[in-house]
Amino acid sequence: MSTPAPTAPPPPAPPPPAGPSSTNQDVVNVEVNGIALKARKGQMIIEVTDQAEIYVPRFCYHPKLSIAANCRMCLVEVEKAPKPLPACATPVAEGMKIFTRSKRAISAQKATMEFLLINHPLDCPICDQGGECELQDLAMGFGRGVSRYTERKRIVKDKNLGPLVSTDMTRCIHCTRCVRFGAEVAGIQELGANFRSDRSEIGTYIEKSVDHELSGNIIDLCPVGALNNKPYRYSARAWEMIAKPLVSPHDCAGSNLDAHVLRGRLRRVVPRDNEAINESWLSDRDRFSCHAVYGADRLQKPRIKQGGAWVEVSWQDALTAAVGALRKATEGGGASGLGTLVSPSATLEEAYLLQRITRHLGSDNIDYRLRQRDFRDQSGDARAPLLGCSLADLDTRQGILVVGSNLRMEVPIVAHRVRKAARKGASVAFVNPAAYEYHFKPAAYVTAPPDALAANLAAVLAAAASGAGTQVPAHLARAVEGVAVTDAHRAAAQALTRKPALVLLGQIAQRHPQYADIRALAAGLAAVTGATLGYLSEGANAAGAALAGATPHRGPGGQAVARSGFDARGMLETARNAYLLFGIEPTKDLAEGEAALPALRGAAVVAFTAFVSAELEDVADVLLPIGTFAETAGTFVNAEGRWQSFDAAADAVGESRAGWRVLRVLGNELELPNCEYRTPSDVVADLERELGDARHLAPGDAQYKGSFAASGRAASVDAAALDVPIYAIDALVRRSEPLQETVLGQGRAPI
Amino acid sequence: MAERQFNLVCFETLKFGDQSHTYETYRKIGGYDVWEKVLRGELTRDAIIDEMKKSGIRGRGGAGFPTGVKMSFMPRTAPMQKYLVCNSDESEPGTCHDRDILRYNPHALVEGLALESYAIGATVAYNYIRGEFMAEPIPRFEAALKEAYAAGLLGKNIRGSGIDQDIHTFVGAGAYICGEETALLESLEGKQGKPRFKPPFPANFGLYGAPTTINNTQSVASIPTILRKGAQWFADLGVKGSGGTAIFSMSGHVEKPGNYELPLGIPFPELLAIAGGMLGGRKLKAVIPGGSSCPVIPAEKMMTLTMDFDTVKAAGSGLGTCATIVMDETTCMVKTLRRLARFYHAESCGQCTPCREGTGWLHRVLTRIIDGKGTKADIDMLVDVANKIEGHTICALGDAAAWPVQSFIKHFRHEFEYMVEHKGRSIVDDAPQVAA
Repeated sequence: MSTPAPTAPPPPAPPPPAGPSSTNQDVVNVEVNGIALKARKGQMIIEVTDQAEIYVPRFCYHPKLSIAANCRMCLVEVEKAPKPLPACATPVAEGMKIFTRSKRAISAQKATMEFLLINHPLDCPICDQGGECELQDLAMGFGRGVSRYTERKRIVKDKNLGPLVSTDMTRCIHCTRCVRFGAEVAGIQELGANFRSDRSEIGTYIEKSVDHELSGNIIDLCPVGALNNKPYRYSARAWEMIAKPLVSPHDCAGSNLDAHVLRGRLRRVVPRDNEAINESWLSDRDRFSCHAVYGADRLQKPRIKQGGAWVEVSWQDALTAAVGALRKATEGGGASGLGTLVSPSATLEEAYLLQRITRHLGSDNIDYRLRQRDFRDQSGDARAPLLGCSLADLDTRQGILVVGSNLRMEVPIVAHRVRKAARKGASVAFVNPAAYEYHFKPAAYVTAPPDALAANLAAVLAAAASGAGTQVPAHLARAVEGVAVTDAHRAAAQALTRKPALVLLGQIAQRHPQYADIRALAAGLAAVTGATLGYLSEGANAAGAALAGATPHRGPGGQAVARSGFDARGMLETARNAYLLFGIEPTKDLAEGEAALPALRGAAVVAFTAFVSAELEDVADVLLPIGTFAETAGTFVNAEGRWQSFDAAADAVGESRAGWRVLRVLGNELELPNCEYRTPSDVVADLERELGDARHLAPGDAQYKGSFAASGRAASVDAAALDVPIYAIDALVRRSEPLQETVLGQGRAPI
Repeated sequence: MAERQFNLVCFETLKFGDQSHTYETYRKIGGYDVWEKVLRGELTRDAIIDEMKKSGIRGRGGAGFPTGVKMSFMPRTAPMQKYLVCNSDESEPGTCHDRDILRYNPHALVEGLALESYAIGATVAYNYIRGEFMAEPIPRFEAALKEAYAAGLLGKNIRGSGIDQDIHTFVGAGAYICGEETALLESLEGKQGKPRFKPPFPANFGLYGAPTTINNTQSVASIPTILRKGAQWFADLGVKGSGGTAIFSMSGHVEKPGNYELPLGIPFPELLAIAGGMLGGRKLKAVIPGGSSCPVIPAEKMMTLTMDFDTVKAAGSGLGTCATIVMDETTCMVKTLRRLARFYHAESCGQCTPCREGTGWLHRVLTRIIDGKGTKADIDMLVDVANKIEGHTICALGDAAAWPVQSFIKHFRHEFEYMVEHKGRSIVDDAPQVAA
């Protein structure tokens, strides 16, 4: 690896040290309500009091947003200050004496509360925010019993912000958290404050929906009931529900969420703060997919196809049918007669059990890489497709090159962190088959025709090598031969000269028919520039599935297998006798779904699924109802290699059972040895024993060590198939009505 | 009483009648001489700021902050773009002197901007002009700018001096709040005119995040004369603590309303006499001495005051913009206050809670009292609400809305009580003899 030339602009000054005790110079002594505290210079009073657990009431302040100081609820008394000062916007100074509960402070806080309440409707009994309303809570402490205000109250017309966020704008207290969220976090200010004085309204100016893929967060940010969860509206009271921790089943970020469950039924999903992953945010996909869980097409009972007609049967009969089909397909040593296709959002336990069962039946035909088209270089795969750095470290990358990714649609939380890095001054470049909007200024954007993605990446590699004054690695020499290097390619290569740098291979790249070429070039680029290579994998548990050995060429932990089985594409191109489908709908979840149908129709198909659909009824012979993410205990391994286990949050629907439980019984029926698991953690313990040291993954363990001789030549590509729309990626989101009704769900112009 | 000299500073060119605004006229009074001295390298930045400090001039935009001191706050040597912004968004009710500077002596402002820009290390100055001035003041200022560029007094590397100076006009859209300096900056940046929380102050984080000084039109237009005639000359025109002259915008019940440029410290009775005395010879009831935001002062007290910053402040009000609103015995103080409250209700930017909610509350309660539906408790509540707005907001608009309410009720409570007791009838209609 060569050292890149020091041509990059100097990185911006590092952020101020986080700890309160970095150097003595940075520490100031303050006194809050008579208690001596140390604070970091420049900290706002409210940060100091929050750390010391001294509560100061607030509405507009939010630690993730810029300071507005407009609600005036956090006014506190500061010695020698002529007026009460907002704790959120007043930096501490040496010797400052702060009083948060003095007569003057309380009087100011009560005054603000009175002003907030005069025009706020008294509709708490019919407000969804009731019970979790910041205004309601603080009114208990700072409000009057009876209002002095006898004039007419303001009313504000409600806005239609689309299918996700309901509005009761009369309740708005103008804290502008939603406005600042749009401007600062989403990157597009969809909401703003229109008009002046008490006619001020939060709205969209021109009537339109709020379309950003993170827009649902304004529901949590809104301290009152002005912005609420539209699909959830009026379906439960906050205090009736139990919050159960879950992990997002849709993307490789592994966002933490709380499932709010009422008497066993999942009612809504809210983010669970995790600074290392999703901070306080949640993508709309993670938040609103749960509204598909109780859809009419949930598979309630096991079914088998008898004489071309579906009949509901007992679990025992269904499993017997499944065992029969599998035995028949693999009897007489015809091991390769079975193919297993597992969703990358299946849990670690499920993927592990599936690979045990498949291999127990003598087959290595198992794969989770359902939308991948090019497996030529799979021997170069890392143990797991990881991000290359931790999610939190994305914020501090100085150079990022995103290759073949509709990033915001693929992993919204990663896109948010990349945007954060860019806003802090990182150079972020893209090599993409289409111009996607990121709401920041990219350092370079190479729009490559899909069939020339590899060629354009080769051009970036050539630019990087010449910039660094080195040769491209020998195995890539042919790919860069004669490529036309433009300024855009040079600018993209330049981004990676800033360290730390990251090359991110997106899902479009991974679905590309020349993925082997693209990856070899991306890895070459990382090597030449000293960057790290990372992947944005599909589903919630691609890393887990890879670790568990749900791949044809490797067993658990990357152990070599005697002879590679068929990959996801091969096992459909060469028809098998039987297939196990786990959590997938073939035409929508497979790379060449339509083409796979004849192979599936001709075989015995055992499908584990939460939902029934026409195509499954068409191709399957046994349908086994399994739980969705909310009804299954398990483990997801996210893109940084973090294992996150969770319990089932909601009761099973109908006779459906958790997937791992069904697989355990199936294993027993198939006489799989040592398959007496009682809990998912038993399964994990078994896998961990098998993994040994391979259990521990660092986000950077994704480096490519292969030497695939990339060609860089154009290849014909069905461009439309590469980019799977954000709300079409799995069975759950495809069934979420609110998501499907959004602008993004309708496939109208993205924002 | 000594014969008063009028129009010594900003209105000096008025003696040239309808040619007062031209470049030639301005040169006749020695205009641009100081700027040419700067261009020749004969006047340093520090010298300008020193002179401004010595002159004792205090900002004419309302707050009365010493202009020279403000100039010295700028990090002059910081290696970044710095800006000077002139606040010609004259919108304080009762105030109209900046309009007339723009109309009758725009070159004084152009030269003032050039001089101050140079002094604070800015190379770009913006003049943010009130949108309603479209008819005459803006074209006059624009024409003056053009003349100055044509005369080679502005531009890049002016006359080979190495000094760059550009001045741009920006026209506001007519919001009172944009006269607040940070709201003005937001508006200038193309955003909604909503005041910023301070700190950081504009001298550190102003226009586009760069160090910025914001001054009122009259303050800036005074600079050339101060530097030409000397700080001491200027300071001696006024009184201690209030150097120089000011333009008093006399309005209300006077015979000759208008702008009068006179020395600060002039006794109010003399000022009233200069404005032709009370309209129709009626009796003076009260005066708002510094634009509508300043607390009202009853007649007896007012007649004892001299018009300078410290005296008026000691009397419980403020000289503000030197806009003097004179009210005679026929004025109903309840209705006057309601009119003011309506203004602040309409002009609150809606950003922070006490002002957004409180200004409307005040306006509605006052309207109810005038409609005959008030109670005695309402009067105390008005004061209480005003007290809870005052000092609780991001900018001074909250204070500006509160002060009239507090002072009107303090000095004229009997008028409010009379109206409450008589179901909306005003004391001036029923019993003019007790009204005053």
